[in-house]
Amino acid sequence: MQQQSPIQSDADVEMPVWSHEGSSRIPFWAYTDPEVYQRELQRIFYTKHWNYVGLEAEIPNPGDFKRSSVGERSIVVARDTDGSVTAVENICAHRGAQFCREKFGNTKEFLCPYHQWTYDLKGNLQGVPFRRGLKKDGEVRGGMPADFKPADHPLNKLKVAVRNGVIFASFDHDIESFESYLGPEILAYFDRVFNGRKLKVIGYSRQRVPSNWKLMQENIKDPYHVGLLHTWFVVFGLIRGDQKSRLVTDVHGRHGAMASTREKEQADSGVTKGVASFKEGMVLHDKRIVDVKPEAWWNGPTVVMLTLFPNLIVQQQSNSMSTRQIMPRGPGSFDFVWTHFGFEEDDPDMSLRRLRQANMFGPAGYVSADDGEVLEFCQESYEQEPTRSTLAEQGGRDWGEVNHLITENPIRAMFSYWRKVMEI
Amino acid sequence: MIDVSSGYMALQNLYSEYSACLDQGDFEKWPDFFLEECEYRIQPRENYDRKLPLSIIWLESKGMLKDRVYGIRETLYHDPYYQRHIVAAPRVLAADDNEIRSEANYLVLRTKQDEFSEVFNVGRYIDVVRKTDEGLKFKSRLCIFDSELVPNSIIYPL
Repeated sequence: MQQQSPIQSDADVEMPVWSHEGSSRIPFWAYTDPEVYQRELQRIFYTKHWNYVGLEAEIPNPGDFKRSSVGERSIVVARDTDGSVTAVENICAHRGAQFCREKFGNTKEFLCPYHQWTYDLKGNLQGVPFRRGLKKDGEVRGGMPADFKPADHPLNKLKVAVRNGVIFASFDHDIESFESYLGPEILAYFDRVFNGRKLKVIGYSRQRVPSNWKLMQENIKDPYHVGLLHTWFVVFGLIRGDQKSRLVTDVHGRHGAMASTREKEQADSGVTKGVASFKEGMVLHDKRIVDVKPEAWWNGPTVVMLTLFPNLIVQQQSNSMSTRQIMPRGPGSFDFVWTHFGFEEDDPDMSLRRLRQANMFGPAGYVSADDGEVLEFCQESYEQEPTRSTLAEQGGRDWGEVNHLITENPIRAMFSYWRKVMEI
Repeated sequence: MIDVSSGYMALQNLYSEYSACLDQGDFEKWPDFFLEECEYRIQPRENYDRKLPLSIIWLESKGMLKDRVYGIRETLYHDPYYQRHIVAAPRVLAADDNEIRSEANYLVLRTKQDEFSEVFNVGRYIDVVRKTDEGLKFKSRLCIFDSELVPNSIIYPL
């Protein structure tokens, strides 16, 4: 089998020195250094970690495929004729052309246009034109060498994990199971949204954010900023610092869940005091965008944001839901793909709410557009002065379960894990 | 003498005034280009073509447009930028005494402070325009954009 191993020894590449104790002071170079970034691709995106690549609802029928990516590498996810989900790297085994150009489609086989090599949907090489040469005038012209075996030249196959309609893939075939990768606490929150109900994709938005990919994970792991940067959340009480909340991570600190419950009566607890972004008396002309209808399956929390390391955020904020896929594009940039979804069982009223509330999210959203903006502001500084450090010490210097939102604890958790896996 | 009060010239004038308003950053006047009951969308072409309903901005009333203006001015922290609209001559698909259905290609350039100008968003307006006593107003304006990636964020209307 010609399975290109993504594992390369990078232990001899010298890394910058992390000069502070623990993970509460993060050096700016962690977001800018090209060799650190290359090590992240190898150790985080290409080995030992499951990457989100799509939803089953995007490829419901045999032959359906979707182009996606793991790290910087283009892959194709497909529904095989036997109903299983497959994933292959988008590189022809012959001359290396990126053969799949469409974002979505349906096909019987993968065909590389260059020399018409064909593969089945599992990535096995099926057809090689003139494999035995061209017979003409009693002679054989060309042909692959006698020891050429199609079975030796499949597409690079990824390992696939599907759980309740969500597809993850890994170049690393020795990876632990997806369930063990998430751990019991995070898996329970994952299953809360994805419990096997059929999903319905309602659309995409795609943005390129000029910041390091980790900053997006950190942004969602940071409940401290939520009630400060995002006026909408505070004024309409969708999420605020005084709500009943729970922050948990997996045992490694790499994944996180932030669950918070909107209270019916929101008394003045001081959470808005002295906050410049709080707009006393802000009244909407049309309240439909924040008209939330509780759903039985929430089972308590009105918002749960999941950060699955390294490339997925799962959003349930009121009635709006999305997966957000992070595709790194060099140390200073990433593509951010939002797939908004509902459930097939949604009635028209609920479908409408999900669409309306989507105005809060995405590249123009009332509580998301400004996240992209501040991440850009951070990255600009990191590139100017890589020797400085950030100060992520709200709520202490350690990490672990917390029952409130005034903390940067989950950022510290992620960097504690990052330092281990990166050996930095 | 150019008469922009009727016919095709009135439509062209509506488009020009709309672009001028946004390029001036005069967002408070933007909702007045619309009827009270109106629709405004900024939607990726990918979703539009595949009949996926999600838009990155979907406003369903003049009130929601006013709320967006409030958001731009008061709640959405962002890097300030100029917009410059280049809009092709509208193509009229249907017209009667009350209503015009028209489309126009648009190109919006963005200029951030201390930066070069860049292509920001490219697409097609799909419009329904009504005749009112105060002149032509948009009943709906859909901005269906080709651009596959939003360069970080869209704060102002297109």
